[in-house]
Amino acid sequence: MTLLSRTADNLFWIARYVERAESLARILDTASRLSSLPIAYGGQSTEWESAIATAGCEARFLEAHSAFTPEAVVDFLGFSPENPSSIRRCLETARAAARAERTALTLEMWEAINGSWLAMQSWGSHGTRLSELPQFITFVKEASLRFDGSAYRTMLRNDSFWFERLGMFIERADNTARILDVKYHVLLPDHALVGGGLDYYQWAAILRSVSALTSYRWVYRSGVKPWLVADLLILKETMPRSLAHCCAGVTRYLDNLASVYGRQGASQRLGRSLNARLSNSNIDAIFQSGLHEFVKDFIVANNSIGAAIAEQYLV
Amino acid sequence: MSGRCFDEMHNDDFLCRPAYRRLRDWLRSAPAELLTRRRQEAELLFRRIGITFAVYGEQEAEERLIPFDVIPRILSAAEWSRLSAGLEQRAHALNAFLKDIYGARDIVRAGVVPEDLVFRNPSFRPEMCGTRPVGDIYVHIAGVDIVRVDEDDFYVLEDNARTPSGVSYMLENREAMMRLFPELFAAYRVAPIEGYADALLATLHSVAPSRSEAPCVALLTPGPFNSAYYEHSFLADKLGIELVEGRDLMVRDDIVYMRTTLGPKRVDVLYRRVDDDFLDPLAFRPDSMLGAPGLMSAYRAGNITLANAVGTGIADDKAVYSYMPDILRFYLAEEPILKNVPTFRCREPDALAYTIDHIHELVVKEVHGSGGYGMLVGPHADRATRQNFAERVRRDPENFISQPTLALSTCPTFVDGGLAQRHVDLRPFVLSGADKVRIVPGGLTRVAIAEGSLVVNSSQGGGTKDTWVLGDDLP
Repeated sequence: MTLLSRTADNLFWIARYVERAESLARILDTASRLSSLPIAYGGQSTEWESAIATAGCEARFLEAHSAFTPEAVVDFLGFSPENPSSIRRCLETARAAARAERTALTLEMWEAINGSWLAMQSWGSHGTRLSELPQFITFVKEASLRFDGSAYRTMLRNDSFWFERLGMFIERADNTARILDVKYHVLLPDHALVGGGLDYYQWAAILRSVSALTSYRWVYRSGVKPWLVADLLILKETMPRSLAHCCAGVTRYLDNLASVYGRQGASQRLGRSLNARLSNSNIDAIFQSGLHEFVKDFIVANNSIGAAIAEQYLV
Repeated sequence: MSGRCFDEMHNDDFLCRPAYRRLRDWLRSAPAELLTRRRQEAELLFRRIGITFAVYGEQEAEERLIPFDVIPRILSAAEWSRLSAGLEQRAHALNAFLKDIYGARDIVRAGVVPEDLVFRNPSFRPEMCGTRPVGDIYVHIAGVDIVRVDEDDFYVLEDNARTPSGVSYMLENREAMMRLFPELFAAYRVAPIEGYADALLATLHSVAPSRSEAPCVALLTPGPFNSAYYEHSFLADKLGIELVEGRDLMVRDDIVYMRTTLGPKRVDVLYRRVDDDFLDPLAFRPDSMLGAPGLMSAYRAGNITLANAVGTGIADDKAVYSYMPDILRFYLAEEPILKNVPTFRCREPDALAYTIDHIHELVVKEVHGSGGYGMLVGPHADRATRQNFAERVRRDPENFISQPTLALSTCPTFVDGGLAQRHVDLRPFVLSGADKVRIVPGGLTRVAIAEGSLVVNSSQGGGTKDTWVLGDDLP
């Protein structure tokens, strides 16, 4: 069993871009929700700025815009052809790669990605009115659900599938970690004391941005508490967007590759080591040694797994 | 009712009130077909979520949507803070009254409320005498119906202290509005209501029997055939608690368990959406399959908390209602912040005579009725209907009260002909725990869709609106 490196690379990146598009849609959703909160309920004027920070494209944004207005942020993250990580460009890039790899995809996957790309055209070349944002967000989430479901239900369980899943998990882990990176301060215990109940809606928004508000209550059966939010997003393996879940997925699929290919390398070692680090942590220890540092370290480690995968298999 | 009634959007000179100005500007700039389109989207959304209800006695319309109006009803921060202070006060009074009625009975001895009205009332549950629920809280969840008749006055129409429903509509209406009108939420800073699930869970935890640190809470539903089943499943999911039916429960040695794949699991708090009568065939209706045999005994032994408590119906009886201002003064030694609608108790001969003579201008209600059933709106009824109803009242006066027909306030509403004024009321949800009272800023606004109608009940064709409480920082 072998794959062209190019094919493996495309599968890896198609999944990443689709996952990224969904994540951007969730970021926009969260920002629009939080920005309409009254100040008395912890509303801030910086939600759109945090959206850009979470997406990790501040410098590029400021080249194109002078202020973090809702319109500018929605345009930049959603529609801008100049931003290579806008939702539009993510779907375009994923579709171009899918077209190049048409035979490596199942029919359902191809139709899902091609259909979403076609539908994206009808959203106009630049921007959409703020009033259409919720419909747009729904469209993007559904595009990602359809692609992910198609892959899960129709792909052969061989290395193609594993590279596709690796892309998805690496990207998802990065997205969840970035949300934590930007919002970590509202989860800190001493901040919770200072902020009182004001941050409640911020915590809820963090959960909502990873579709976990209801799951949270089923897991903890209690009101939203910041340290439990961190626990859920970082350590709960049952939560599909937690760092632990993504990392376990990455390790599993890397191990599959190693076993089928009969050899292993840096990516497997890095994957297992990060996975072990998460399994051996508990949330108190993470807070003790610094939540922010932990998240920053994770982002770096996750990136280096991605780089190792590229070096080992994709080039 | 076309006469003078409070217009929520405009003042007497037909100038827009400050809270509504941005909405007005937006409505002016929005193209006409936009509202129609958004209304259709809302309907699709509600169908997809499955937020439907069943109307008893209607076969064909088994699952219906409550009409949703896309124009929000807006309250300023100042209006809300007065209203919520009044609601909290009312909740304290209701709980104090129930504790007293099922305990020392001071208020009866003091002659504030007549003895027979309480103890001969079918809603009075002698089984509750001598049983003290945790924290002396009886009405954990009240859905107080409020009407507004002028700038300054909110009236309580009903206290709904048994198993009030509608909160899922309050929450889903907001979700729908945020999806449909993001531009309005960008123009307004609206106080969030999404904390309701946590507030309710904290309330239920606060009244758990002291046994455990992490109490097990479950929601008891009569099942999918109940008209409010959607709400039961919605709330159980939001709270992260099991949705149980009577057959999922069993009682052994006065302890309540639910049947799980891992064997019996002890339940500490039951948020029950089953009426008193059906809770326990051993204590109440013997033919009921909806409850659990032995539940009442476990309850009296203090091994489980029921929310709301058994026997709260006595506090929202419409005849007892008429004494609420005195009840409130008696326990709290404060003046009521919210007003009571003047009520004629037909059990009193003068009031009966007045009711019969003025039936064309009064609203007449059964004391135990709810949901808009068993009531007559005098000004809207024809002569024959009025005479029939008067006859019923004469035959059984104890069972009726009458009230002046209130001029419910009006709010702009999107109907087929465009925007028009329609009558509205408001049902905020008041949560009383052993630790404190919690009220999320908002409530369910119900709107009488038919022109001139004053009946807002969903079972009678009423609709709902999202209710916005503004932050102080109106941008």
